[in-house]
Amino acid sequence: MSQGFKIEVKEGGAECALRDFLEKILNLDEIRAVLTPLRLPYQGAVMPVLVSHGDRLGAAEPLSPAYPLSGARILSRLTRQEAGGRVAAVLRPCEIRAFVELVKLKQASLDNLILIGADCAGAFSNDVYKRAAAEDADGDLARRFRQAAYAGEELPAGYETAPACRVCGHITPDGADVLIGLFGVDADREIWLEARTEVGKALLEGMDLPEGEEPKARSGVIKDRVGKNRERRDEMFHKTREATGGLEKLASYLASCVNCLNCRVACPVCYCRECVFGTDVFEHEPRQYMNWADRKGAVKMPADTVFYHLTRMAHMAASCVGCGQCSNACPNDIPVMDLFCTVAHGVQEGFEYEPGRDVEEPPPLAVFREDEFAEVVGR
Amino acid sequence: MSHDDFEPTIIAFVCNWCTYTAADLAGTSRLIYPINVRLIRVMCTGMVDPKYVIKAFLEGADAVLVSGCHPGDCHYINGNFKARRRVKLLKEILPQFGFEPERLKLTWIGASDGLEFAHIVNELVSAVKDLGPTEVRKTMVL
Repeated sequence: MSQGFKIEVKEGGAECALRDFLEKILNLDEIRAVLTPLRLPYQGAVMPVLVSHGDRLGAAEPLSPAYPLSGARILSRLTRQEAGGRVAAVLRPCEIRAFVELVKLKQASLDNLILIGADCAGAFSNDVYKRAAAEDADGDLARRFRQAAYAGEELPAGYETAPACRVCGHITPDGADVLIGLFGVDADREIWLEARTEVGKALLEGMDLPEGEEPKARSGVIKDRVGKNRERRDEMFHKTREATGGLEKLASYLASCVNCLNCRVACPVCYCRECVFGTDVFEHEPRQYMNWADRKGAVKMPADTVFYHLTRMAHMAASCVGCGQCSNACPNDIPVMDLFCTVAHGVQEGFEYEPGRDVEEPPPLAVFREDEFAEVVGR
Repeated sequence: MSHDDFEPTIIAFVCNWCTYTAADLAGTSRLIYPINVRLIRVMCTGMVDPKYVIKAFLEGADAVLVSGCHPGDCHYINGNFKARRRVKLLKEILPQFGFEPERLKLTWIGASDGLEFAHIVNELVSAVKDLGPTEVRKTMVL
């Protein structure tokens, strides 16, 4: 199921055209609100904002390079129960994939929801975005980023996209109802739209848009970009395995971790409603620390750092979509994304599972077959 | 530490209905098996959370054995199949950090298999002695 449409871009550029597009969606009778990245009047911060009045969409920045947190978590808050109306949500491809994982875990729902995703040229990490926003006198950061990043230009040193984006293999929004095609087009003249589901088709057909063909260059551009990202990804896997291939090395990799658990909070697929590391189980009695110190000669405080990270890996590895929010959230700049992605890759291959691929595909640790994995059973 | 001096510590999560009963049978049958194994009786291998295994390793266990009922014999119908997926998961994660895959073993030992239990423990102890002590013992683990 797929049908193409297009938006003709007039002066004001792609940003303006997409704002108008979102406003048109919001004006449809069946849509109650739009969730979109929107520039706040404070410090240029861009956050997901739920908009129900069209006049507030003037500051919407669906293509902003800001990626302060995963919208998957935000959207799960909106959809875990009936919200009283249909929402159209603009998410990045990795956010959509994480959201699909949350739907499988029954922490979110696709009911009454339309997912809109754009081809993604990556995002800034939080510190880069803050710096760029502070220097952005004319408020034109999103447009300049878009023009350079989608054209495949080298971004200036210090303003590269986040490490997770540079190794991403899913730069198109696979699970979206409506795709905003930006690769292989001049988005200052035309934007390609594709309805990828029945829901998306019904929406776009109701909007009186001209039909459009997929831009000829698009698939080539995507293949090219994914190829380059895969190369960088394999290099990252290799480097990370080298840097953590042993307990001593892992401890060294995590040496500056202060057990703040930010990577868990930022992770869209760290799914436990209450994390065991935040419970009394790890509120050890003072005597316990004394015992450990006696037995081992010394115990690092806070304790349980490696235990925490290994346990988190056991929980999220199967569903990790590689969004990089863990690294974004780390106060001590530990490259946790590299570590979690590397481990997740092995786990996902082991279970032949791809998170976010299909909402009907159950998470590997939620199911079993009687006849499988004979190799892990010794005799 | 020479091979002979090294006495590994093995943590074994054994299910109440099959492997624990087999261990009991091994004892009552006066079978001799190495004293290196510390049995932790659980109601079912399906309740062995991956973090129990991780914790055991981080506390210095040289090996972890998870052992339950044969497929089809689980007292709770399918707990052993869930355990198998979790062990599969751990075997994908732990070896990347230097835990040799041989240090984590999953077996099915039925209640009447006292001999089999003694045999498997013997085998595991010997394999772990060949591997040597876990790196955890040398590391300031954190």
